[in-house]
Amino acid sequence: MKKHLLSAADLTRGDALLVLRTAEELRSLADRPIKKLPALRGRTIVNLFFEDSTRTRISFEAAAKRLSADVINFSAKGSSLSKGESLKDTALTLEAMGADAVVVRHWASGAPHLLANAGWSRSSVINAGDGTHEHPTQALLDAFTMWRHLTADPGQGLDGRRVAIVGDILHSRVARSNALLLNTLGAEVTLVAPPTLLPYGVESWPVETSYDLDAVLPKSDVVMMLRVQKERMNLSGGGFFPTVREYSRRYGLDSRRMAQLQDHTIVMHPGPMNRGMEITADVADSKRSVIVEQVTNGVAVRMAVLYLLLGGNESAIGGARAEAGTEPSIPTTDGADA
Amino acid sequence: MPAPETQVGSTADTTADAAPDGRVVLDARDIARALTRISHEILERHKGPEGLVLLGIPTRGVHLARRIAAKISQVEGAEVPAGSLDTTMYRDDLRMKPARALLPTEIPPGGIDDRTVVLVDDVLFSGRTIRSALDAMNDIGRPRAVRLAVLVDRGHRELPIRADFVGKNLPTSLVESVSVRLAEFDGVDEVTIK
Repeated sequence: MKKHLLSAADLTRGDALLVLRTAEELRSLADRPIKKLPALRGRTIVNLFFEDSTRTRISFEAAAKRLSADVINFSAKGSSLSKGESLKDTALTLEAMGADAVVVRHWASGAPHLLANAGWSRSSVINAGDGTHEHPTQALLDAFTMWRHLTADPGQGLDGRRVAIVGDILHSRVARSNALLLNTLGAEVTLVAPPTLLPYGVESWPVETSYDLDAVLPKSDVVMMLRVQKERMNLSGGGFFPTVREYSRRYGLDSRRMAQLQDHTIVMHPGPMNRGMEITADVADSKRSVIVEQVTNGVAVRMAVLYLLLGGNESAIGGARAEAGTEPSIPTTDGADA
Repeated sequence: MPAPETQVGSTADTTADAAPDGRVVLDARDIARALTRISHEILERHKGPEGLVLLGIPTRGVHLARRIAAKISQVEGAEVPAGSLDTTMYRDDLRMKPARALLPTEIPPGGIDDRTVVLVDDVLFSGRTIRSALDAMNDIGRPRAVRLAVLVDRGHRELPIRADFVGKNLPTSLVESVSVRLAEFDGVDEVTIK
């Protein structure tokens, strides 16, 4: 039994659909006067953030609080982490405080994996973004947003839907998690980027690749623009593209390119946006853009993940329990009362 | 308690298995009569349809609530709002099993504040589902009154809860199981015991 969510690849199709359906039910909570459910009462969730983040941390915090969990925020600045404490000692501290789950964001790829598997603590570990590796809850909220817009039947995945992920794939943990999850859900993913911004080994991913945005756009049901991660480019000395102007000419989404899209196609961006670089302001604020909705959906999806991982006596998602988690779990009639 | 088939796809099986699956205590016509009587009793007790809201407990309670709402509107010519109330997160055994799939909660647009809510479920047994439904309702609004309608009351209450409207009182032993099947979900209307 897995109790962690470290990679989008941990989720089977059954798991992913269970998260989406659960998120759909939880989304209606936002419209109620009392935005609170009792499912995680008495559980402690620690947000452990070694890297700056606004929306992910706030989103996890809101999700945990709406499920009545106790939330402890722990960020690198202003804690012993900035005094050089090791990940291990931090983990032991959290264990001693009795954390049921640790939501971890780290600049180093693989840090959540180490935290989960090194035997330092018994908590569930949820990866909230590690280096350039993975960000599974972002992929889930993106898939949820697509699913709400493109799929009418809750039993269906995203089969046959075409998703273009455009921009700085190399530095993007969002792209990797999305490629894995969308493949699980049956979508066809095309990564569009200049050759310098495609990761080494991309040919082994379950995706198509293209250097030509204009050729891909008319076929796509979803266009996901990624942020150009200047801070990571600067670390490696830059030189990924000649100028910002040239980049946005070839790989930016502007209103001229938006006009090539099919009527139902949605435009997404995981944020934070560089307006004018990968996406122009008029596109970001257009009717096709579901960027603000992605943030709303993020809370519902993270609630679903926390509930399914922590709500029962064991995790309802991840690995072997996948199929059992979906069908017989629906309580009915006298069976439920027994 | 073995829960009845939950897969919609298994409709054909359920129909075929109906006979060997236990003794039929209510058939389709019995269920229809019981629901008609319950509808009239609700109207009589509430002195008309105004201010009524029916909330079914998923899965089969929702279908029963819709049928009762349809009967009431047939009799009175006025629509009674019907919705559903999922109790999963309020259950007292939530922590004893893996987290379960949530079921739809649909509160009718008028809400439940200051209305008379009739909770509708298929089988009343320990009463724990109804307790969790009362807790769930607490987070949604403040009804003027809450009533309970069930198709079958099989006894063995573990909490001080009783039904106001009962389709059939069915004395059972704890080793027996009662299954309610409804056409909307199982392809057939019947209550069996085994």
